[in-house]
Amino acid sequence: MTWAGWLLALLQAALFVAAAPLLTIWVKRNKCWLQNRRSPSLLQPYRDLAKLFRKQVVLSENASPLFRSAPYIVFAVTVLAAATIPLISTQLPTTAIADMIVLVGFLAVVRFFLALAGMDVGTAFGGMGASREVSLSALAEPALLMVIFTLAMSAQSTNLASTVQYLHDAGLVLRPSLLFALFGLLLVAVAESGRIPVDNPATHLELTMVHEAMILEYSGRHLALMEWAAQLKLMIFGVLIVNIFFPWGVATELSAAALLIGLVAVLVKLALIGVVLAFAETALAKMRVFMVPQFLNLAFLLALLGALSHVILEVDI
Amino acid sequence: MTIAQFSLPEQLVLILAALVLFTSFALLAQQRMLASIHVFAWQGALVAAATAMIAGVYDKHHLYFSALMTLGLKALLIPWMLRRLVDRLGIAHEVETVVRPALVMLAAAALVVFSYYVALPIEKLSSLSTRSTIAISMAVVLIGMLMMVTRSQAVSQVIGFMSIENGLFFAAVVSTHGMPMVVELGIAFDVLVAAVLFGVFFLQIRESIDSLDVDRLNRLSETDEMNGTRE
Repeated sequence: MTWAGWLLALLQAALFVAAAPLLTIWVKRNKCWLQNRRSPSLLQPYRDLAKLFRKQVVLSENASPLFRSAPYIVFAVTVLAAATIPLISTQLPTTAIADMIVLVGFLAVVRFFLALAGMDVGTAFGGMGASREVSLSALAEPALLMVIFTLAMSAQSTNLASTVQYLHDAGLVLRPSLLFALFGLLLVAVAESGRIPVDNPATHLELTMVHEAMILEYSGRHLALMEWAAQLKLMIFGVLIVNIFFPWGVATELSAAALLIGLVAVLVKLALIGVVLAFAETALAKMRVFMVPQFLNLAFLLALLGALSHVILEVDI
Repeated sequence: MTIAQFSLPEQLVLILAALVLFTSFALLAQQRMLASIHVFAWQGALVAAATAMIAGVYDKHHLYFSALMTLGLKALLIPWMLRRLVDRLGIAHEVETVVRPALVMLAAAALVVFSYYVALPIEKLSSLSTRSTIAISMAVVLIGMLMMVTRSQAVSQVIGFMSIENGLFFAAVVSTHGMPMVVELGIAFDVLVAAVLFGVFFLQIRESIDSLDVDRLNRLSETDEMNGTRE
């Protein structure tokens, strides 16, 4: 039983990593359709990754070993973070380490090495991107933690799998705190995964870019790993949102039928949230970098209101 | 009783109450004149929706009338009057600077906690499922006051005042299922008359000091003129 469980957990993590570029291209496709453009094929990100893996790595003369090892660390830690998230089932052996605060820690490690790698070569863009990333995450992280605390107040646990399990078993309960936490997490997810209106994933060489500025010096397989890690991060936040706030269909037992339903359910939910993201990105313009702190303050405020409304409205005195 | 034991309409009332509180925060943070009038209209609409839900849940038919009146007055008529006023004064696109916005928001969050503690003993006297929203409506009142304190623009002070009234009405609805109809009508007309009078005052203030920044009313105009002639 246990080795079967571990095998399933491995398969789930592999599926997570393999499907991440698919979510990115799905959002891009929807955006193309909304903007009357012809969209690239669904295989395009895989072709891009394959091409980058084949290409030669060009390194700057003053690149340190840290610069060369950062892509591997970033990718490995992101995969580890993805592996802890209950994608299809809440009953896998990896759920024991699926603590949400650990997840925030993983993301912080990723960001730390990204920022270091951005500053390593000493170009102006890298330093600028790193400084922006760090200052934005200093605001996004408290908001994310506040969302987690709000959830933990309802579910009595910071473990991701048991939170999903609790909300799944509770059925349809309209909780004000979850409503606020959902909107707070949506704003944090947009900021953390570098989407419009905070950052534009489709630009290079623009003064407002954040994530692209940090990985500007990378090429070849290093760039492939960095881009894959960014796609994974979007997928991580997407799965967090759909599986925590809309946990219907997630497999709560380890039977073939339940796992199949869980797989189909999570794919449908991710496809829907991809459409929502595409609509939001089409409707919104990118905001000034100096406006982003206000955006993240709103996320924090929403999460704080979620925690307060849990205490005021949802529990008995 | 925790929230899972309530019926879905009762849970919806709580959600609407939480959204009313959120609009209060949005009013406090909003610096654009037109946007804050729109947020105020939304707050009125949410209060009206919550009232209608309570009327449905507890089968109180007179509350439907209150909800309709709130919707007409607070969500449509008064915002429309304010809108026409700011258009006439030419300040519709004005952006007001709030001093230390982050601190003001933290103060508002502290006010929510404060009203929760104050409302706790009151809530123990009630057995209604909406009793926990008494704290919310108190917080709406206090945040409206905070808005009046932190703003210097006369129109936003009036919006703060009107949102205090929203909070009071909401408190009456959730704690006792509404005031007697005579009182309610009286208050409604009071608010309406206040809105008209405020409009006249705006024009007067504007004429005498050529601005709606009430901080400038602290200064004596004659001394300013004397200083002006001396220089």
